[in-house]
Amino acid sequence: MAKAAARSANSEPPISNRERPEQPGRYEASKEELLEFYRQMLLIRRFEEKAGQLYGLGLIGGFCHLYIGQEAVAVGLQSGLEIGKDSVITGYRDHGHMLAYGIDPNVIMAELTGRQAGISKGKGGSMHMFSTEHRFYGGHGIVGAQVSLGAGLAFKHKYEDDGGVCLAYFGDGAANQGQVYEAFNMASLWKLPIIFVIENNQYAMGTSVNRSSAEDQLYKRGESFRIPGLQIDGMDVLACRGALEEALKWVRGGKGPIILEMKTYRYRGHSMSDPAKYRSRDEVQSMRDNSDPIERVKRELEAMGVSEAELKPIDQEIRKIVSESADFAENAPEPEPGELYTDVLVETY
Amino acid sequence: MAIELKMPALSPTMEEGTLAKWLVKEGDAVKSGDILAEIETDKATMEFEAVDEGTIAKIMVAEGTDGVKVGTVIAMIAGEGEDASAVEAPAKGDEARAGDAAAAQPKAGTKGDDEKPSTPEGTTPQHAETGARKLFDAAEQTGKRDPEIPEGTEMVKTTVREALRDAMAEEMRADDRVFVMGEEVAEYQGAYKVTQGLLDEFGDRRVIDTPITEYGFAGVGTGAAMGGLRPIVEFMTFNFAMQAIDHIINSAAKTNYMSGGQMRCPIVFRGPNGAASRVGAQHSQNYGPWYASVPGLIVIAPYDAADAKGLMKAAIRSEDPVVFLENELMYGRSFDVPKLDDFVLPIGKARIMRPGKDVTIVSYSIGVGVALEAAEALAGEGVDAEVIDLRTLRPLDKATVLESLKKTNRMVVVEEGWPTCSIASEIIAIAMEEGFDDLDAPVLRVTNEDVPLPYAANLEKLALVDAPRVVEAVQKVTYRV
Repeated sequence: MAKAAARSANSEPPISNRERPEQPGRYEASKEELLEFYRQMLLIRRFEEKAGQLYGLGLIGGFCHLYIGQEAVAVGLQSGLEIGKDSVITGYRDHGHMLAYGIDPNVIMAELTGRQAGISKGKGGSMHMFSTEHRFYGGHGIVGAQVSLGAGLAFKHKYEDDGGVCLAYFGDGAANQGQVYEAFNMASLWKLPIIFVIENNQYAMGTSVNRSSAEDQLYKRGESFRIPGLQIDGMDVLACRGALEEALKWVRGGKGPIILEMKTYRYRGHSMSDPAKYRSRDEVQSMRDNSDPIERVKRELEAMGVSEAELKPIDQEIRKIVSESADFAENAPEPEPGELYTDVLVETY
Repeated sequence: MAIELKMPALSPTMEEGTLAKWLVKEGDAVKSGDILAEIETDKATMEFEAVDEGTIAKIMVAEGTDGVKVGTVIAMIAGEGEDASAVEAPAKGDEARAGDAAAAQPKAGTKGDDEKPSTPEGTTPQHAETGARKLFDAAEQTGKRDPEIPEGTEMVKTTVREALRDAMAEEMRADDRVFVMGEEVAEYQGAYKVTQGLLDEFGDRRVIDTPITEYGFAGVGTGAAMGGLRPIVEFMTFNFAMQAIDHIINSAAKTNYMSGGQMRCPIVFRGPNGAASRVGAQHSQNYGPWYASVPGLIVIAPYDAADAKGLMKAAIRSEDPVVFLENELMYGRSFDVPKLDDFVLPIGKARIMRPGKDVTIVSYSIGVGVALEAAEALAGEGVDAEVIDLRTLRPLDKATVLESLKKTNRMVVVEEGWPTCSIASEIIAIAMEEGFDDLDAPVLRVTNEDVPLPYAANLEKLALVDAPRVVEAVQKVTYRV
């Protein structure tokens, strides 16, 4: 009797004895590695700022979703993958993931401006970019679609036993889509080598996680599918890389999928046309001041003895790359009218 | 009064079956729920269960008997207080009386029936006059030999079901990247037995049972195709593929274009489409026009077994995403299939099923049977109709249609589907745009009624296309009425 009463007073469920990944630590980067992280994050930041500028000038149209603020996630995670072996798939906020995989900024920017030289010949646009050579599979405009597609890419890795892992990114908004759970179920049932990355930037367009999610601790969302989840500081590139190492150990070890919830923040609106009235200016400013992922790496580099002056050439190099990509994207010709009819089908019937 | 046990219809289209095994013998007492016998259909082995209590008085059909017609008395049960040994066999000619409920009810066995759509109907009147029954009967019609098949080729009678399976098996043998996934495709051997035997031959790496999760597994298949595999995704019926249509259209069909030709998606989405028998509105719809409207997709809807095989092989080999629309009522129908090592048909080519000079009747899938039946009836009236089977709905073989129109100057389109925004509408638009000068009469369409398909047998019959309606339309365009 006393026992039962004690139990009901404590409603916490018993702790499962299921095997779990370890709580990952921060990655111990060498100075060179950290400099490279810095370089890549800065490239994404400057590239996105430039894209925003070109949008304002009318050179980029339609939807354009910027990655500013979230740079540590793509850079930290993808730095641990093997390009050409592991596959990556994401939603429409895809520029950063492409740059982090070493895809040429010129062809990305030219796609944003809708030019023939764009990575999709100007026919995809911001949300629909791919590089099969890098095993970067897009760039998908339907919220959550990339999660099932990513499970399919992981299925391919397993089917061909090629040792690859799929990294499938989606946001806190997509985390409420039904097909995500259909994919979780199959991925876990079939022990597919996939890392589900929830980039929780805290707003699904204008709706905060708390207003849309009954369980707002998104890393727990795999529990009923026996997919373990880890919650990670997505504003810390070394924490991101550390998480990737642990996730890879789990997935490559044949234990099936894992979820990484990356707590991050986007500084800009959902897309260029979003005035972001759903959050205060102070909230954004406070994130910028206290949690900026690039500033954080800068401080770490400083602690390693890298001076501001040593970073200067990197900053200049990045500005040059970005400004060249903008020039390229502005001056590259539009697609030939005949391109309208190409690539609808592969074969002729 | 002794009770007659009759051969039950275990599916809406079953006409006969094999009495595989008796599990009782004469003199045994049986009660409701006892399993009396095992009956084999072309799709499955089913257990046959007693409904009434009594004693097995006489077994009329021995086990192992093939071709036992539905409604045949297979045994007699003596009721309570009745002398089993005194029970007489029924007089001949008494069999298969419509409306006489079978004394026993079939029960789904552990392996076998078409779980979702084809609910066994042992207690309904056999051979109820339904629209689907008429379609099924019409699907007996065969077309003129396809000129694609070389002269002198040996032909083998094959069901559409087997032809589809053979096509998949041959392609799986030839290419390790090809695999099949879907609900009940592996251990159950296919909800409609189309994947029968594939698990045994290819194992569970390549024949994969999925959970009931159409959106999810359509996405998994599409992703695998993007990654370089060649998936065949089976939908138990295309009605359920509406849950997955986002991946079929947004992910599979548009990828090649959106990537500037960089990322292909060679996948086949297949399964039964169109009306089945008495399954009501949610399970009876033709999605041909839906998918045929989407650039980036190939849409195939064959009629006979040879086309099913040759086009399925072509679909699996295609670098493009293919929607392959089968028809449940056709699965059990047998047709000549050429015995060739590698019989592949071209996608996008219509087939002249019956040459004629007075009028062109265009159709596809099960509608072709209706068109051929109508053409036969019209021949009796002195009208020589040409019947064209489109076979591929996208890309549509306009040339064959227009060439025929040039010859006959009159056209009727037959479609087992709704009239609005249909393939028939499309054919009519093509005739207006590109064949106007060849028209001696307006093109008419004969389609299902513009209503959700009703369940009641008489209403279903009113709703679905049939040959008399085609004959009537032809009479109009030939100004004979």
